[in-house]
Amino acid sequence: MAEEKVKKEKGPKLADPNKVSICPATQEMIERSHALGIETVFDRAATMKPCAIGMQGTCCKICAMGPCRLPLPKKGIEGKDDRKGLCGATANTIAARNFARMVAAGTAAHSDHGRSVAEVFLSVARKETEDYKIKDPVRLRQIAPHFGVDTTIEKDGEVKDRNLDEIALEVAEKAWAEWGKPEGTLLYLDRAPEPLQEKWKKMGVMPRNIDREVVEIMHRTTMGVDQDYKNIIKQSTRCSLADGWGGAMMATDLQDVMFGSPSPLQSEANMGIMKEDHVNIIVHGHEPVLSEMIVAASQSPELLEYASSKGAKGIQLGGICCTANEILQRHGVPPAGTFLQQELAIITGACDAMVVDVQCVFQNLANVAKCFHTKLITTHPIAKMEQNNVIHIEFDEHHAMEDAIKIVRMAIDNFENRSADVVIPPYKETQIAGFGVESIEYHLGGTFRGSYYTLNDNIINGRIRGVAGVVGCNNARTKHNEEHITIIKELIKNDVLVLTTGCSAIACGTHGLLTPETAAVYCGPGLAEVCETVGIPPVLHLGSCVDNTRILLAATEVVKAGGLGNDLCDLPAAGSAPEWMSEKAIAIGQYFVSSGVYTVFGYHMPLDGAPELKSYLYEEMEKIYGGKWDCEPDPVKHAHKMIAHIDKKRKELGIDKARERVLMDMADRQALEA
Amino acid sequence: MSKLVAFAAIQGGYKVVSTAEGAFNKALETFSADTKIEFPNTGYYLPVIYSLTGMKVETIEDLRKPLEYARSLLPPHIKGKNHLPFLGPLLDAGMAAIFSYEIIEAIRILNEPDFYIHAEDPDIENGKLWVGPADDIVLRKRGVEFVDGSAPGFAAIVGAAPDPETAKMIVEDYQKRNLYIFCAANHNGQTVIEQLIEAGVQVGWNTRIVPFGPDISSAIFALGFANRAAMAFGGLEPGDYRKILMYNKERVFAFVNALGDIGTEWGCAAAGCVNWGFPTIADTDIPEILPTGICTYEHVVANIPHDEMVQKSVEVRGLKVQVADIDIPCAFGPAYEGERVRGDDLYCQAGAKTQATELCKMAELKEIEDGKVEVIGKDIPDMKEGDTFVLGIYVQIAGREFQTDFEPIMERQIHHLANYIQGIMHVGQRDIAWVRISKAAVEKGFTLKDIGIVLHAKYHQDFGKIVDKVQVTLYTDKKDVDALTERAKKEYRTRDERVEKMKDEDVETYYSCTLCQSFAPNHVCTISPERTGLCGAYNWMDCKAAFEINPTGPNQPIEKGECLDEKLGQWKGVNDFIYKASRGAVTHYNFYSMLHDPMTTCGCCECIAAMLPSCNGVMTVGRDYMGETPSGMKFTKLAGVMGGGASSPGFVGHSKFNITQGKFLVGDGGLLRMVWMPKVLKEELKERIEKRGADLGVPNLYDLIADETVGTTEEEILPWLEEKGHPALSMDPIVG
Repeated sequence: MAEEKVKKEKGPKLADPNKVSICPATQEMIERSHALGIETVFDRAATMKPCAIGMQGTCCKICAMGPCRLPLPKKGIEGKDDRKGLCGATANTIAARNFARMVAAGTAAHSDHGRSVAEVFLSVARKETEDYKIKDPVRLRQIAPHFGVDTTIEKDGEVKDRNLDEIALEVAEKAWAEWGKPEGTLLYLDRAPEPLQEKWKKMGVMPRNIDREVVEIMHRTTMGVDQDYKNIIKQSTRCSLADGWGGAMMATDLQDVMFGSPSPLQSEANMGIMKEDHVNIIVHGHEPVLSEMIVAASQSPELLEYASSKGAKGIQLGGICCTANEILQRHGVPPAGTFLQQELAIITGACDAMVVDVQCVFQNLANVAKCFHTKLITTHPIAKMEQNNVIHIEFDEHHAMEDAIKIVRMAIDNFENRSADVVIPPYKETQIAGFGVESIEYHLGGTFRGSYYTLNDNIINGRIRGVAGVVGCNNARTKHNEEHITIIKELIKNDVLVLTTGCSAIACGTHGLLTPETAAVYCGPGLAEVCETVGIPPVLHLGSCVDNTRILLAATEVVKAGGLGNDLCDLPAAGSAPEWMSEKAIAIGQYFVSSGVYTVFGYHMPLDGAPELKSYLYEEMEKIYGGKWDCEPDPVKHAHKMIAHIDKKRKELGIDKARERVLMDMADRQALEA
Repeated sequence: MSKLVAFAAIQGGYKVVSTAEGAFNKALETFSADTKIEFPNTGYYLPVIYSLTGMKVETIEDLRKPLEYARSLLPPHIKGKNHLPFLGPLLDAGMAAIFSYEIIEAIRILNEPDFYIHAEDPDIENGKLWVGPADDIVLRKRGVEFVDGSAPGFAAIVGAAPDPETAKMIVEDYQKRNLYIFCAANHNGQTVIEQLIEAGVQVGWNTRIVPFGPDISSAIFALGFANRAAMAFGGLEPGDYRKILMYNKERVFAFVNALGDIGTEWGCAAAGCVNWGFPTIADTDIPEILPTGICTYEHVVANIPHDEMVQKSVEVRGLKVQVADIDIPCAFGPAYEGERVRGDDLYCQAGAKTQATELCKMAELKEIEDGKVEVIGKDIPDMKEGDTFVLGIYVQIAGREFQTDFEPIMERQIHHLANYIQGIMHVGQRDIAWVRISKAAVEKGFTLKDIGIVLHAKYHQDFGKIVDKVQVTLYTDKKDVDALTERAKKEYRTRDERVEKMKDEDVETYYSCTLCQSFAPNHVCTISPERTGLCGAYNWMDCKAAFEINPTGPNQPIEKGECLDEKLGQWKGVNDFIYKASRGAVTHYNFYSMLHDPMTTCGCCECIAAMLPSCNGVMTVGRDYMGETPSGMKFTKLAGVMGGGASSPGFVGHSKFNITQGKFLVGDGGLLRMVWMPKVLKEELKERIEKRGADLGVPNLYDLIADETVGTTEEEILPWLEEKGHPALSMDPIVG
């Protein structure tokens, strides 16, 4: 459709919409951006090539003697590798330091998000805020024991439920301390299967507190400290565990306690959810603390009436990135798009306000917003933009509702400033989202028999081949959504149940994979049958990228339910981040690998310049933790690497053959364990 | 499509909960809220509700809570497209319906107290077809069969077959496989039970075909039975729903056969049953649910032809049952054990007014011919309707491992095995046997020789380890029978003396019995010569034989080892064994005391003894006595206090026979402590009590023991005991 006759030698190139995305809404909006002369990430990716040495992971810029660049020669190295930086740092050291710093940054991002949530929870527990409440007391009682907080009290020899406020306060204080406590190790580590904890203990990678592990990486990787790549990777493990089994996990849990644990619900996905005759507010970023309030404000009768007084038929809220996932999971607010669609949502001309918090927010949003009436509002003190059209409304949990109302009102006021030229691409798909560890358990057997064993049983009997977590970002260096969708379709075709989060989950929603009806169309017969019995889609939306911890815990529940080994690494399971781009993805990958999961990344890994380090991550780590890294850009091969791993695990478990029907006689029944 | 099933069953759930709410509101208008609500003679309230939620329903008002809970379980209706997951909601809707059905039945019994006949068998002449909920006596009596494996499970049949012959075919096939058949609901007004009666099949608990009721709600009684088994034998706590349901999935081999069109009300009941791991096998073309998980294998299997129904059901439930293949013209199996041959059905009989004698003797291998069955005298074809005849059954067994000690055990089998033949009723034993032969059996071609064929085949099948050759001779001439009887009487005397004289001190080996562990996983019985099994079914000699027959079976020898307490009866070897066999749950117990760490019970004990502190004595009550006792509890309550493999000081389970054995409660003062027994039990043991009393120096002990005619509280019986001068009153204080 698009004309790609741009002269090569001159100026910026324009992206070919059909070559950069498989999503029709995205393609149409890229065309529109070209028509309007607005540049987007897709065009910049066409224009600017990535740095070749950075791609190899061997550019060192941690001191002013560099940057030292240690590319691997095109023909490779025969004999001894004597590449070094000025200080003598080898390619392995440099690439490992770069890798470790990505882990630190990713951990910092999730965990700082977790810290904000913990801070809000502390003020809830201290009753310093009116706007947030404990919405899910069951969840609070469930997590409390992991903080060493009693949920019952004994009074006169009778065991009674402990007062919820007391539990909340103690949990809040214990949680809050996890970021900087002076002694001990993280409390949540005890949620992992025992053999995994043993491995961590043996290796000495139990995180002490969250901040310390991040700080230690920064220290170790600065000029002239840790120069043994294995030791650096070891600290990367410790830091990543502070993310997955620490900051991110607490973020998820405390969000559930305050905002409710997700349970399955119906919604839609893609830009077609925006409505021409409504005030459209797009929330974007990662932290749900503010967006929770915006959801409430946008449903308040006063503001709806106010919107009506301005000629709007209502207020349509939509999300981008993980803020979208957070409010989708808990309220059914539809996502308008993935990471790569953020600029495009403004290019519809229908976005009256885009409210951003932290992470994955393009600075170019301000430039795009300038071309329209859209108010771009930053809300977080740590995330501002230099452009002068950006409005900063700093959000404070003590005045949360007030801030939210102010923002929604601003969007409503802006509705009448729209120009006539509004083009909302008419594409959206229905989706069933809202899965979580607890709701999956419920749906596997109801109030009385809900148990992950139902899943295990169908894995053991071979209807389900295995389970895959497909997660992560979009990346403008790959074709938008194509890798996600191709891999996932290949997996479910081969009877692998998929758990998804983040932008991968939004991609699945956008392309219609999150409906129960999908099972009959795309799945192998075994998985299709199970999906039909339980009434679930073959791809389960588990939330945002901090919610990857839900995948860890779901996998732990599978181990606990029995029949599939004793540790996460025994499970016929694999992880994948097909279109990763953020440092957070590396932190997530590292904690999955260190928890025993075979994890395949798509696109590219910045390790090619350091083959020894690469083989350490891709092979040696498995011997230590049971999980290992891998990278495969071709989506079909990518899926089949995961399937091969799943099959290997099935064989190890002895479930690679059809299960026989055991008919029990009296002697068998007497032999049953108590 | 599972979705259609879910859609229909959830609709059904709404309908059934609403019906129950309607019945409840109407009951509140009709009766006062504190009106008592109960199923007859059970200590488990409304058993499904009680077992799964812990809620005790005793009055109409008490129904409100479970009803509200049922309502709260109802999920949203399923949307046609882009629906939410429905398996969990479906099972919840099923459970809501199950709770509601139990409430509906409870209210029915309130409204129509005579709707069900409170008996094991229906009264067909008077149109009382439906027996309703099993009381705790039936539960314990029948429960033992589930426990020891003689009944591997039950088929819950709802609806009706296309015709009586088909109903008969299916049900008889289950009977042959020893399953219980629990029947409820009707299909277009037709019920399997009415079809069976029409086809001449005897129904009732005694033939394992239980006519629960004519409506789908009556199917709840099957689940009530199953859940009480989990509590009574499995020792599970009410309210511990997950364990109770898993117990059923793993140990109670039950399933549903839906005969006829499945409407929403059957659908939600079937969904409810899936919570128990009980699948549904249907004869109609309904959507199937094949993946496994909640049930062990498939959940719903449809469109099964009637002649494959039984085989398919057993396979879907994962059950292995053996069908005894014996070459006689009649069907054969434990299901026929309780079948009666009533006056109208009787063709001819031996015993009662004529002599019938049974004797089993060991023979030399050379002496007998295996499989030789001879009838000396006339056989059935020589008789006419209404005849009575004399009968002698003489069994000779030879085997390298056979011992004379096994003779009485093998002889006792004659009663069961003859009864297992369809159409033959056997009562009594030894020289007071009684055999009734029905017209139906004779029509099929039954002859007396068939009894011999059965004995030969079953002895080989069940006792192959000790039996090499079996020869059976049946006498029907008076002189032969008289001679056999005279010889037999001598044998009986010798045997009795041998057993009576045997003391615990005489042996170094006791025997364990873990037969019940399929149901009561933590319970271990230890059986000594003077403490027979608490179920009344196994004495020391039986266990010894059982071990010889099956050296890896549930009866294992225990070297009693060092005696730790002579008075209370505790041995180190026994303690070590039970610790292991109970998987660490029980560390020790005493044989001769109820006050100090008494032996545990699986829940199938014949009697329960309890301390009566103000009478300074003990009482005991048999499980067939339904009334109150001076302990303040009925038998069912007592059993509830102590079942499931726990040691409960102050109470002990024991057999009837044990009461007059030498070591009965000697650690607490022995039989002279006995101050109260139900009349029926006392009378049954009269002779033995008198004899034992005389041995203890109180020849009139029988007359000193109070019963319910004296009173059912300690206050009522104490003055009577004082007046009679009961020896317990002057014994050392029982407490302290």
